[in-house]
Amino acid sequence: MTTTHSAASDAGGAGQAAEEPLAEHFEVTIARDRRIEPRDWMPEGYRKTLVRQIAQHAHSEIIGMQPEGEWITRAPSLRRKAILFAKVQDEAGHGLYLYSAAETLGADRADLTERLIEGRQKYSSIFNYPTLSFADVGVIGWFVDGAAICNQVPLCRSSYGPYARAMVRICKEESFHQRQGYELLMTMMRGTTAQREMVQDAVDRWWWPSLMMFGPPDDASPNSAQSMAWKIKRHTNDELRQRFVDMTVPQADKLGVTLPDPELRWNEERGHHDFGTPDWAELMRVIKGGGPCNTERITRRRTAHEEGAWVREAATAHAAKQHERATKESTA
Amino acid sequence: MSDSAHDDDHVYLSLAEGHDDGSDARWAFGTGFEDPLHGVDTTVPEGVDPVELAATCVELADDALVSAQRLAEWCTRAPELEEEVALANIGLDLLGQARLLYARAGQVDGTGRGEDAYAYFRDADDFRNVTLAELPIGDFAFSVARLLVLSSWRLAHFERLAAHQDPVLAAIAAKGAKELTYHRQYAAEWAVRLGDGTEESRRRMRTAFDQVTPNLDELFTAYDVRSEVVEVLRQVTEAAGLTLPPVPPAPGAGRDGRHTGHLVPLLAELQSVARAHPEATW
Repeated sequence: MTTTHSAASDAGGAGQAAEEPLAEHFEVTIARDRRIEPRDWMPEGYRKTLVRQIAQHAHSEIIGMQPEGEWITRAPSLRRKAILFAKVQDEAGHGLYLYSAAETLGADRADLTERLIEGRQKYSSIFNYPTLSFADVGVIGWFVDGAAICNQVPLCRSSYGPYARAMVRICKEESFHQRQGYELLMTMMRGTTAQREMVQDAVDRWWWPSLMMFGPPDDASPNSAQSMAWKIKRHTNDELRQRFVDMTVPQADKLGVTLPDPELRWNEERGHHDFGTPDWAELMRVIKGGGPCNTERITRRRTAHEEGAWVREAATAHAAKQHERATKESTA
Repeated sequence: MSDSAHDDDHVYLSLAEGHDDGSDARWAFGTGFEDPLHGVDTTVPEGVDPVELAATCVELADDALVSAQRLAEWCTRAPELEEEVALANIGLDLLGQARLLYARAGQVDGTGRGEDAYAYFRDADDFRNVTLAELPIGDFAFSVARLLVLSSWRLAHFERLAAHQDPVLAAIAAKGAKELTYHRQYAAEWAVRLGDGTEESRRRMRTAFDQVTPNLDELFTAYDVRSEVVEVLRQVTEAAGLTLPPVPPAPGAGRDGRHTGHLVPLLAELQSVARAHPEATW
């Protein structure tokens, strides 16, 4: 999908004239850092950009249940099983809030789900990597939830009210998840040699894909400038990536693992860590469907959706019959 | 922008701190506590046979754990996101019940075993869950019918256990009864929706009741709550426009350690990581 920057150009001459004060009001609201609410006028491009971003975010929550969800039945202690089960359940809840936020913009959850399973809308490429050991559950909590928080905390101040409010709640829960992931790794690092090796192996596999979660570098990110101007986004991809690296390095030290980047070092002059360049060709390949698990993830989602169709149809039919019975009773 | 960037940082700042002393173990509701019975007087009252009490706890814990494991299999496969959340909720409740019951068993059976010793280091022959709990998840109608039966049965029994002489088991049962009331409600609502909905859902719901009925007698052999459970099932099937098939006799099986072929692979999956690393701490 591409974003159009022209405001409702199909509205015609009279419509355009009527829109001018509305457009001005919109611009002023954004400039004053106030929130746009569902009933407010907004440019069509703003609406489309938001629907696309919120839907991708919702899809990421739902697809993101899979890599970790596979370990619920195998979690090695009942406490870890409960933590993981609750986390994956939270992700389903996040998906629900986000689809609801998208619906305030006129989108429809069923339609967005179709777009996901037909491959017409994306989700975060990170979820196309496999989870190979229980340490991956911890590393996903630490890196992936950590990166998600880096991306999402600024979105709590997004200009679109329902999205911003959904983000407040989601970020609180994700910070729990990140702590739980990190605590699992801490515990594993105090365990056996095999456990420490599992943690380092998971760190090696997830580090670069996690850095890619912030998206392509700024000079190759075509939609960023408009999203920044509309205050849908608050920081550029590269700013967020730098912040994530700076926060993660001391956490890795404390944990006793090595981040797999020979170029990673503190730069006194910049006051930030220097780090290597992610393999952007790999990111593009995974986004375009060539990651290790793209097919598996979408197939699982499609199968669940298709196999559940009879249940959803039954619920709709029952509600219609109930309504009919109630109407008959009240007119009898 | 730099100011606001700093405002955004607060959630990370404490991440690498506070993990050493174990004082900060409880981050998420119901998932972090080390000792679920902390603060409860755990002395076994006079007149209560500790061996029998432990056996009772293990039976009920095994039912809950095996049920939770099957509910976890729905994860990412549920027919709608709301069901994803609800089924996980029910699974988490049952997992919580299992943990409390295993902990109680470990306190009273003299072995001092923790919850994980029961869940991960016993074989299928030692599990005492009823066989209905271990059957594969089937379709959504089957899972609904099974949940309706098991939650009604467990609720009827928990309501009695709430007056048990052992205050710990009584407290677990009283807490669990509230959860089970919701589970039963959820299952009953879906049974009615599916029975009344479309031709296909009606057919599937009828089949599901046919599939669970042969397992009912095993439940009634374990606990004498037949009349309560049959009354619930009669009401729900009537509201769903279905009839409850006759209940054939099926004396105890799971409670005696005699299981279907489905329990071994279920436990193999559940126990795989824990048994691969028996020396590990998680």
